Amino acid sequence: MSEVGTFGNPELIEEEVDILMIGGGMANCGAAFEIMPWAKQAEKELGRELKIKLVDKAALDRSGAVAQGLSAINTYIGSEQDPADYARMVSNDLMGITRDDLAYDLGRHVDESVHMFEEWGLPIWKTDENGERHDGAQGLTPLAEGGKPVRSGRWQIMINGESYKWIVAEAAKKALGIDRIQERIFIVKLVNDKNDSNRIAGAAGFSVRENKIYVYKAKAVLLAAGGCVNLFRPRSVGEGTGRAWYPVWNAGSTYSMAAEAGAELTMMENRFVPTRFKDGYGPVGAWFLLFKAKATNAYGENYMASNAEMLDDYLPYGKAAVPASCLRNHLMLKEMKEGRGPIFMDTVTALANLRETLSPREVKHLEAEAWEDFLDMCVGQCGVWVGENIEPDKKNSELMPTEPYLLGSHSGCCGIWVSGPTDVGAPNEETEAGIPDHLPSGWNWGYRSMTTVSGLFTAGDGVGASGHKFSSGSHAEGRICAKSMVKYVIDNKDYVVELDTSAEELAADIMQPVKTFLEHKDYSTAIDVNPNYITPKMLQFRLQKIMDEYVAGVATYYTTNNRMLEIAEEKLTFLKEDAMKMRAKDLHELLRAWENYHRILTAEAHMKHIEFREESRYPGFYYRTDKNFIDEENWKCFVNSIYDKSTHTWTCFKRAHVDLVDKSKLFK
Amino acid sequence: MPTFVRTEKCDGCKGQDRTACMYICPHNLMKLDKDGSETGHAMKAFNQEPEQCWECYSCVKICPQGAIEARHYADIVPLGGSVQPMRGSDSIMWTIKFRNGTMKRFKFPIRTTPEGSIDPYDGKPEADLAKISDNGFFHTANGFRAGDSSELIKA
Ligand SMILES: Cc1cc2nc3c(=O)[nH]c(=O)nc-3n(C[C@H](O)[C@H](O)[C@H](O)COP(=O)(O)OP(=O)(O)OC[C@H]3O[C@@H](n4cnc5c(N)ncnc54)[C@H](O)[C@@H]3O)c2cc1C
Ligand code: SF4
Ligand code: SF4
Repeated sequence: MSEVGTFGNPELIEEEVDILMIGGGMANCGAAFEIMPWAKQAEKELGRELKIKLVDKAALDRSGAVAQGLSAINTYIGSEQDPADYARMVSNDLMGITRDDLAYDLGRHVDESVHMFEEWGLPIWKTDENGERHDGAQGLTPLAEGGKPVRSGRWQIMINGESYKWIVAEAAKKALGIDRIQERIFIVKLVNDKNDSNRIAGAAGFSVRENKIYVYKAKAVLLAAGGCVNLFRPRSVGEGTGRAWYPVWNAGSTYSMAAEAGAELTMMENRFVPTRFKDGYGPVGAWFLLFKAKATNAYGENYMASNAEMLDDYLPYGKAAVPASCLRNHLMLKEMKEGRGPIFMDTVTALANLRETLSPREVKHLEAEAWEDFLDMCVGQCGVWVGENIEPDKKNSELMPTEPYLLGSHSGCCGIWVSGPTDVGAPNEETEAGIPDHLPSGWNWGYRSMTTVSGLFTAGDGVGASGHKFSSGSHAEGRICAKSMVKYVIDNKDYVVELDTSAEELAADIMQPVKTFLEHKDYSTAIDVNPNYITPKMLQFRLQKIMDEYVAGVATYYTTNNRMLEIAEEKLTFLKEDAMKMRAKDLHELLRAWENYHRILTAEAHMKHIEFREESRYPGFYYRTDKNFIDEENWKCFVNSIYDKSTHTWTCFKRAHVDLVDKSKLFK
Repeated sequence: MPTFVRTEKCDGCKGQDRTACMYICPHNLMKLDKDGSETGHAMKAFNQEPEQCWECYSCVKICPQGAIEARHYADIVPLGGSVQPMRGSDSIMWTIKFRNGTMKRFKFPIRTTPEGSIDPYDGKPEADLAKISDNGFFHTANGFRAGDSSELIKA
C-alpha cells in the first residue's frame, strides 16, 4: 500500500510565500488585521502581490487561549494613565526583571486594539454619568469616543466576552481572506536558510485532517503559537487532567521551534503558578478586585496581613503597594505547609458586605456577574460549584496554587528575545560577558519584534521578558509585527531563501512516528505496550513526573535544588532520546506526538534556566532550596539561552538589566 | 467536565464531511464514528480523549442539534449537576442545575453587531508606507497613548 495520500504515505505539498503566520490566536489575529493595508502598499514597491499565509492547528473561531471567551480585557491603559505606569507594574509583578522598552511600547499601542474590538461588536461594560455600571449591550458611548469602562482593577476592564475570539477571528478572516488561511495544520518545525544558518527560510507541518505534509518556504515567519501547558503533572489524576488553567492545547510549540531554529530565548526560568479556585481553576481576579473578597486560611485568618512581615525578606519588591503575584503565593504557601490549609476565598463575607450598600436589583445583577465571570471563561468552575452545591453567598470556596505554566503574555515572562523600539532609551551595547559572538548587542538590533534569527518574528506568549499583555496586548503585539514584517520583506526583496533541509527529508522526519508504528505494531498483541515504541500519552506522563518531582512541581511544594536539577537533566536526556521512538497510530496521535516533543524541549529550557540562575527570583512560584534568596547583586539580569539542535545542547548566559523608567515610585 | 454526545440527538451533521463539533474543537477531540466501529453508534460523534478536554464548551455551543453536554470530571466532581448553554446570535442563555436540584438561569450579551457583519477596513484610510517604521498602526482608533517623555530615564 504505497498510494500517495494514505496514512503511511502522505502527499507532500510545497508552497512558497513571503510571510507565514503560525498560530491563529490573539497575536496572529492582530497581525492578520494590520498586515493587509501595508501589504497592499508594498505591492507597489515589489511590483507584485505579497504572498501571505496563516496556518493554525485548530479553527480560528475558537483557537488559542481565548477559545471559551474572557470576562475581562486585562490590559487597557486609558487616557488617564501613562505607558510608564504600565511598564512599572509589569516590572514589579515580575520581580524587577523585564524589558521596559517592550512593556512601554505595548502600553502605547494596546488601546488601539481594544477600540477595534468594540467597533467589531465586543460588548464592553460602561459606567454612566451617575456611576452606575451597565453591561456591554447598552450601547453607551464607545471607549474611542470617551466612554468610561468599568474597571475591575487598575488595568482591567470588564466585558461580556463569550464571543471574544469569535469576533476577533471574524475580523482577521475578513481582513486576510479565506484563501490565505489554512486551518488544522500543525507546524512541527521551522527551517533555516541553506546559505545563512541564522536566517529563517520556512516551516514544515502536517494536516490533522488529511494525509498531507506541508512544507512552506517563507521570507518572514511570525511564530505565535501560545505558551506551554501540561509540561508539569497536573493536580488532577483522571478525566480532570484536561482541566488545566491555561489551555491544554498550547504545547510550547513557540519556544521549542524557535529554540531549534537558533533563536535566543529569555527568562525561561520564569513560570506562572496561578492561585485559582480549587479543581475548577476558575479566575479569582474579579473576586478580589470587583467584589473585594479576602482570602483566608482554614481558621478565617487573613494571612496576607498576618504574614506581612515575610515580605520584608524580599526588598524592595516586598514594599510595593501591590506585592507581586509570586509573593502573594509565598505568603499563602506558608499557611499550607504549616498545616493551616485549606485556603478559602471568603465569598460569603464579600457578598454580604456588598449587600449592605447595594439595592436588591443591584445585588441580583451582582450575583449574575459572579457567575458570568466563570461562564465567560471557565465553565468548568461552574461545574464544580453545581456538583458541590456551592452558592457563593452561602458557602466559601477553596483556593489552590496550580501546577506551573510557561507563558509570556499573561502573568509570566518567559519567551523569545526580540528587538524592541528605538525611541525609549534602550541600551545598544552589552555589558555582560559570555554572550555567544553571533548574537546581537543591545535591545534593538533589527526589525521591531524580530528574534535573533533574521526573518523570524514573534508576539503574544512568544515575546519574553515582558508579560502582562494579555489578550489585548497580544493582539497589539501581533499588529506591531505585521508592519515590521512587511518592511523586512520589502528590504529583503532580492534575497532568495533556500531550505537547508529538503522537503522530502522534512516529510520523513515528521512521519517518523507513523513509520515506527507501522513497522512494529504487530510485534506485540497489545497495541499500547510494545518495546519498540512509546505512545505520546506515556511520553507526556513521564515528562510530567520528572518535572513535578525534580523541577519544583506541586509534589515538592515548588522546591528544587542543584542535585534534583542534575537528576532531572539526566532523565530528560533519556526522554528526549526516547522521543525519537514516539509512535502515531493515526493523525490525531501524530498531533499528540509532536505536541509532546515541543513540551519536552520547553521543559528542558525551563530546567536549564532554573539551574543557571543561582537564586530564587520568584518565591511562591519556585524555590531553589540551595539558593533560597533573591540575589540582587549577581542576578538582577536576564538569563538567556540558545539551543544547538545538532548537538542537542543548551548554552545559558546573562544579559544586563537596565531600567528605562524610574521604579522607585513603586515602593512605599 | 468532558463532553458527551446524546445518542438520540446527534445526526452526524447530516453526513457532511466535516461535522460542526470536529470543526470547532481546539484540541481535536470530537470525532465522527462513521461506521460505528469505535462506539457502536454509526454516524454519530464522540469525544475521543475525554481526559484532554478543557471543557471550553466550544463544541457544546456550536452543535446544531444541541446534542453535546458535559458531565463534570468524574475524578473531581460529584454527579448530578449540569451547566448547559444556548448560544444565539446576540446573547447566550445558561441553565444551571445543582446536584441538590437548585436551578439558576442567566442570559448575557455576546455581541453588539450582527454575526458576519464586520467590514474591517470600512471607513479606514490606506496605509502610508512612509510611516511603516513609525509608532502606531495604519490608522488610529483614538487609542494611541504617546506617553509623558519625562517618565523615560534616557530618551
Ligand atoms: C484561563 C485564561 C484566562 C485569561 N484571562 C484573561 C483575561 O481575563 N483578560 C485578558 O485580557 N487575557 C486573559 N488571558 C490571556 C490571553 O488569553 C492570552 O494572553 C492571549 O490569548 C495570548 O495570545 P497568543 O496569540 O500569544 O496565544 P493564543 O491566543 O493562545 O494562540 C495560540 C495559537 O497557536 C495555535 N497553535 C499552537 N501550536 C501550533 C502549532 N504547532 N502549529 C500551528 N498552530 C499552533 C493555536 O491553535 C492558537 O491558534 C487568559 C488566558 C487564559 C487561558
Ligand atoms: S455537531 Fe452535534 S450533531 Fe453534529 S456531529 Fe457533532 S454532536 Fe453530532
Ligand atoms: S469542550 Fe472544548 S475541548 Fe472539550 S471536546 Fe468540546 S471543544 Fe473540545
